[in-house]
Amino acid sequence: MADLRELYQEVILEHSKAPRNFRALPAANHKAEGYNPLCGDRFTVYVATEGDAIRDVSFEGAGCAISKASASMMTQVVKGKTRAEAEQLFERFHNLVTGQPAPGGDAPALGKLEVFSGVSEFPLRVKCATLAWHTLRAALEGKQEAVSTE
Amino acid sequence: MTAPANQLRATPPAGHALNVEKIRAEFPILHQQVHGKPLVYLDNAATSQKPRDVIDAISRYYERDNANIHRGVHALSERATEAYEAARCAAQNFLGAALPSEIIFVRGTTEAINLVAQTFGRTRVGAGDEVIVTTMEHHSNIVPWQMLCGEKGAKLRVAPISDRGELDLEEFQKLLGPKTRLVALTHVSNALGTINPIREIVRMAHDRNVPVLVDGAQAVPHLKVDVRDLGCDFYAFSGHKVYGPTGIGVLYGKSDLLAAMPPYQGGGDMISSVTFEKTTYNKVPFKFEAGTPDVAGAIGLGAAFAYVNGLGIEKIGAHEHALLAHATEAVSAIPGVRLIGTAPQKAGVLSFLIDDIHPHDIGTILDQEGIAIRTGHHCSEPVMHRFGIPATARASFALYNTFQEVDALVRGIAKVREVFA
Repeated sequence: MADLRELYQEVILEHSKAPRNFRALPAANHKAEGYNPLCGDRFTVYVATEGDAIRDVSFEGAGCAISKASASMMTQVVKGKTRAEAEQLFERFHNLVTGQPAPGGDAPALGKLEVFSGVSEFPLRVKCATLAWHTLRAALEGKQEAVSTE
Repeated sequence: MTAPANQLRATPPAGHALNVEKIRAEFPILHQQVHGKPLVYLDNAATSQKPRDVIDAISRYYERDNANIHRGVHALSERATEAYEAARCAAQNFLGAALPSEIIFVRGTTEAINLVAQTFGRTRVGAGDEVIVTTMEHHSNIVPWQMLCGEKGAKLRVAPISDRGELDLEEFQKLLGPKTRLVALTHVSNALGTINPIREIVRMAHDRNVPVLVDGAQAVPHLKVDVRDLGCDFYAFSGHKVYGPTGIGVLYGKSDLLAAMPPYQGGGDMISSVTFEKTTYNKVPFKFEAGTPDVAGAIGLGAAFAYVNGLGIEKIGAHEHALLAHATEAVSAIPGVRLIGTAPQKAGVLSFLIDDIHPHDIGTILDQEGIAIRTGHHCSEPVMHRFGIPATARASFALYNTFQEVDALVRGIAKVREVFA
């Protein structure tokens, strides 16, 4: 049970049950769809940018606890960041969930996203944890096709 | 909330004669721990484990008889050819086919269906024609027909299913019409476990002179299949789901249909003679087996048939049915559980949801308990759409599963609810 509690931390379970920013965003000027064929997770991420800043971000869709909680917490963390900061956060988050050392330099701290460190012990769940982030990146890059984790 | 195991264990039915303890000893892979717990393998609808007999037959072939077949004049080639053709006869007997030449070795069910779509389908289906499938098909019995219909300007018609996961025979019959060129449907649904009334469906289709292809991938491991009794025109299955190796499967086709069909792939062994002006094709079944086939796979599959025959498919089916009945009762008694697929006629598949917990999370937690199940859409997305769900958790049973393992699943589900409480 110890391992499972590392994965399914209280904060993660709480976000999966009551996801934040879980809605469409009428003011969005960027939007992308993400799909994880392995488990059928499917999210749409909406972003409203102003210049280089992410003014607002939200998501909709269905997925497992890990992917939903990750999407929920991502929207909280990237709001108000610049695009470059969001990209750096993704890189840092990716390293966290794949068990790689954190990148050096002045990358922003992950803060509460550290609760996803348990994912690194469950390689099959890395795609769940990163789906929303891949989708955010696609939205910001203006990708038209749905991003897939495969 | 976990009830004592003795309260959960149903009494095996009378005449239930499989010696499961002895059987388990014959499957080397079952005796291992996963995450520190004894492996409970309940993903048999995805692939079954292999008995020692099958593993040994493959090793023996490579250690003693390996050679290319049908063309060699030396002793090894003769032995390899004989063993390969003996496997074909074993498949013929297993399916109750009239002739060994009605058995074509393929890579699996998927290739068998593609073969029929690309040969029979391309010559028989034209613009405006129709092919009927059902909502409960695996993607492998949808996509080849979509490709064919797209190429030919034909239409794919879909027979609906009920809330219990049964084929709606009335609606199916309405779809049969003058433009119908083929019915392609599954014998047993991989996502729901439903057993379709193939004889009745074949009769309805044949009344309209429409041939029927049956996807038997999920049926052959659990039911006695007799293609002449069913009356179907094509029957496809994969070796690896019936205790044989991966990479080998069978397409049965009625001899007159096979004889009229063009070849599938060109190459060696499928020809009688080749010049740059004209090539004469070999006779059935070799016409459909271009290139060096999976000889070891066929031999391994032959050993799997012998293994299943030795135990008796009826006894295997009865054992799995008892496991399913026990699992259905015990799992549906857990609060928050919803079963997907509740047809009265089912093979050993239990698809379920727990509260609003995503199946992927269920799968991860059960895996930590050593329990292997499948989670996802099971390559049957239309079934998921029909029930308005993204995925299910699926436990599927085989001849080596025990009532204790079903109880372990029930305890595992309790743990899932505990984590998500």
